[in-house]
Amino acid sequence: MAFTNEQIERYSRHIILKEVGAKGQKKLLNAKVMIIGAGGLGAPVAMYLAAAGVGTIGIADADEVDLSNLQRQIIHQTKDVGIPKVESARETMEAMNPDVKVVTYHEFITSENILDIIKDYDFVIDATDNFPAKFLINDACVMAKKPFSHAGIIRFQGQLMTYVPGEGPCYRCVFKEPPPKDAVPTCKQAGVIGAMGGVIGSLQAMEAIKYILGVGDLLTGYLLTYDALKMQFRKVKLPSDTHSCAVCGDHPTITELIDYEQAECDGTGL
Amino acid sequence: MIITVAGVKKEVSDGLTVSQLIIDENVETPQYVTVTVNDDFVKSGQFEETVLKDGDSVEFLYFMGGGQ
Repeated sequence: MAFTNEQIERYSRHIILKEVGAKGQKKLLNAKVMIIGAGGLGAPVAMYLAAAGVGTIGIADADEVDLSNLQRQIIHQTKDVGIPKVESARETMEAMNPDVKVVTYHEFITSENILDIIKDYDFVIDATDNFPAKFLINDACVMAKKPFSHAGIIRFQGQLMTYVPGEGPCYRCVFKEPPPKDAVPTCKQAGVIGAMGGVIGSLQAMEAIKYILGVGDLLTGYLLTYDALKMQFRKVKLPSDTHSCAVCGDHPTITELIDYEQAECDGTGL
Repeated sequence: MIITVAGVKKEVSDGLTVSQLIIDENVETPQYVTVTVNDDFVKSGQFEETVLKDGDSVEFLYFMGGGQ
């Protein structure tokens, strides 16, 4: 596949980097990334991956754009209120970069459909807002041997970690099972600064790009935490012992996907 | 003795347990926090009997469910 003149110009700031070059840009154009959630985290992830020329971007979300989303979900515009988020996200990505093929999934992810949805993708982004989805994505990625980026944001705080099969702990190694409904506040209950999605989502996009290019060190084995009020990032080392994990350990006790009960306050799901 | 809590060194009394440290540090939703000492998990049922030693490094890892 040869670059067109337009592509050489569009990706010139990538191609000039020794870690990318023409070879790396081709890897990006051939890559497939699945983003689950088209909200605060999913918006910047989708936009940076589309701008970077990631050739196939899947995006799943069952919701429609709501006015209260626009404070942080920058992929959607005021005119998009009421339309499915995945359609609004597709429009923005296609307008940014015609090289990108966007595949939309206007549905909730469940134990029934997730393995089928992620199977053709190279990397998965957890951009969801609830624990049932986060555990489902983790378990499905462990079972399907897919690398993924986990992230969470609330108030002025965010965190992320990267799972690559066989290269460190999964989300369930760190957090054994979802907290009971309403035990831990959600963004809807507690609020979140819009730019937090930009900070943490951009870092998720960075992890996906590094994984595709095969450069640098991923956040495997670490949890990166960000406290905006203290303006402090911390890279916290995670225990390397994954042997006893219920899903990625030596003798897994979780061998089928689980649909945990959705928190009522978050009835809109993703 | 001196221990490190979330990257910050502090002087604490000898014999401090993980569960007392959780109270002293005002850890949010303490029943759902993941604790590591020197890069090893402390099982959630063992906070009471886990006694910290001089030089230990403790991290609290919190559930963060938002994203939308």
